[in-house]
Amino acid sequence: MEPQRKRLNRRGLLGAAGGVAALGAVGAGATALARGSDGTEPAPPPATTVPFHGPHQAGIATPAPSRTVLLALDVNDDVDADRLAAVMRLLSDDAARLTRGEAALADADPELAAEPALLTVTFGFGPGLLDRLGLPVPGGAGHLPAFTVDRLEDAWSGGDLLIQVCGEGDLAVSHAVRMLVKDSRSFATVRWTQRGFRQAPAGGGTPRNVLGQIDGTSNPDPGSPGGGAAVWFGEDAGALAGGTVMVVRRMRTDLDRWDRLDEVGKDRVIGRRIADGAPLTGEHEDDPVDLEAREDSGLLVVPTNAHVRRAIDAGETILRRSYNYDEGPGPNGAPDTGLVFIAYQADLGQFTAIQERLAEADLLNDYAVPIGSAVFVLPPGCDEDGWIGQEVFA
Amino acid sequence: MRKTDTTTPSFPVRAAAAAAALLGAGLLAACGGEDPETDRAAEAAGPAAASVTVADAWVRATEEGMSAVFAVLENGSGTEARLVAAESDLAAIELHEVVEAEGAMVMQEVPEGFTVPAEGSHELAPGGDHLMLMGLSAPIVAGDEVTVTLAFEDGSELEFTAVAKDFEGGDEEYEPGRDGEM
Repeated sequence: MEPQRKRLNRRGLLGAAGGVAALGAVGAGATALARGSDGTEPAPPPATTVPFHGPHQAGIATPAPSRTVLLALDVNDDVDADRLAAVMRLLSDDAARLTRGEAALADADPELAAEPALLTVTFGFGPGLLDRLGLPVPGGAGHLPAFTVDRLEDAWSGGDLLIQVCGEGDLAVSHAVRMLVKDSRSFATVRWTQRGFRQAPAGGGTPRNVLGQIDGTSNPDPGSPGGGAAVWFGEDAGALAGGTVMVVRRMRTDLDRWDRLDEVGKDRVIGRRIADGAPLTGEHEDDPVDLEAREDSGLLVVPTNAHVRRAIDAGETILRRSYNYDEGPGPNGAPDTGLVFIAYQADLGQFTAIQERLAEADLLNDYAVPIGSAVFVLPPGCDEDGWIGQEVFA
Repeated sequence: MRKTDTTTPSFPVRAAAAAAALLGAGLLAACGGEDPETDRAAEAAGPAAASVTVADAWVRATEEGMSAVFAVLENGSGTEARLVAAESDLAAIELHEVVEAEGAMVMQEVPEGFTVPAEGSHELAPGGDHLMLMGLSAPIVAGDEVTVTLAFEDGSELEFTAVAKDFEGGDEEYEPGRDGEM
C-alpha cells in the first residue's frame, strides 16, 4: 500500500475538494492493479449460463435451478419426420442462442434474452409420436402401465413433444417459453403446461418439497460409471446413447390432511425424519436406511409401508429432479399444490418397478395422488453443428 | 448453426464464377455502375463474395405473396462491398429499405443497393433494410431453408440459406411507387 499513500500525498497538494473525490477512484484502481500483479485475481462472477451443447442435453444432470416450465405439445397429424427434423433444427437453434444469453432469430423482444440466469432447454419425444412416425422407441420407453393409485387427468398427461425450460430467472424462463412456443405453432398445439419451483437451502444441500420433506436424498451421480448407467442410454441404444427416458408425474398433495399428522406421524409415513431427512435408523441425511432395524418392542423402525422402504425394496436407481407446484388456494382456501415429480432413467422399467411397489402400499399415497403422467424419450445432446433429435428424425 | 461459410461456395466454383460474370455484367450495365476504379479496387482486395459472410439469416414464413429475408452481412476485408441484387428460386427479390412517408413507415426499393463497409457490417432487419421476396412460387413454412444468392457490384456471388420463422412484427406497408427499375 506504500505507492498508494505516496500518490495520495502528491494529489493532496492539489487541495481541491474535487481532487479528493477523484482520488478515491484512483486509489481503487491502484489497489486493483496491485492485486492483479500479485497473481491473485478477484473471484470470477458466478456463471450465468449452462452450456447447451455437449454429450448429454442440459437440464438433466445439471444442477436444478429454482424454476421450471414443462411444455407438452401435440404435433399436428400432417407433420412427418422431415418436417419435424426441420423444426427441431429451428428449436435447437433458439435454445442454443437463448441459453447463452443471445436473442433467438426473429426474437421480437431481444432484450429479454440478455440475462439467461442459468437457463436450460431440454427436448424430448413422446413414445406415441415415435410410434406414429414409425420410429424406434429406445430404452424400454414405451407407455407406463396403469397404477392403482392413478387418478390421471388428460389435462396433465401424455404429449408428443416435451420442452423443459429451467432457470433462475422468471423473466428469462418466460421469454424462452414464449419464443419456443411461437416457433412451435406452425406444427403443434400446446397440450399442457406445468410450472414448478424449488428452493435450495441457503447452506446448500437437498431442498424440501411442499410437504416439508427433504426430497431428493441419495440421488445417483450421473457423472459416475454406476450412476451414468442408471440414467443414460448405453451403447445398445446406438446413436441415442447418452439420451435418457423422462417420466413426469403430477402429484396433487392433500396438505389439509397432511397437516393433521404430527411430526412423528409424518416421519413414519416417509421413513425419514422431517427435521433433517435422516433415516429413522440413522443420524444424518446420507446415512443408509437400515430396513432390518427393530424397536425394543420388536416392531420395525422403518414401518413396513413407509415410502422409503417401499422405494428401496424395488432395488432400482433413478435420477429425481422434482419441482413443486402451487396454483393458489381455491375459494374455500383448499390448496392446489403438489409435486411435479420428474425422474430420468436409462430404462422406463426402473421407474415402473419402483412405482409398482409404491402403488401397492405406501403410506404417502394418502397424501399425494398422481393426477398427471407422461413419458418422453430425451435424445442425447448435440455439438454446435448439430441439433437435438438429429439421431431420431434424420 | 445458421452461419454460412461464404469463403467456400457450396456450388461448383467454375459454374459460380461463370454465373457471376454473366449476372454481374448484366447488373452493372443495368445500374450504370460500371466504374473502372471500383473494379480495380475490388480486384486488389479479392471478390466481395469472398470477404462477406452472412450470419443469423432468417426468412419470414408465409403462405403466399411476399416475404422478407433478414441477416447480418459482415465484411472482413478493407474494401467496402456493395450488394446490388439478390435472387432465389422461390421468388423475385428486391433490395428494400424502410422510410417514413407521410407519418407512416413504408418500404421501398433501393436501386443503389446496400453497402457493407470495410471491416464492418450491414444489418438486414425487420423495420429496416431487407431482401424483399415478391410473388412466392410456394409457401414458406417455419423451419424451411430458403437459398438466396447475393450479387455484388464487382460481379461476385454469394449463396446462403435462411431459415424460415413465424414472425408478426415489422408490418410496414409496401409502396412500390418510388422506383421499380434499377
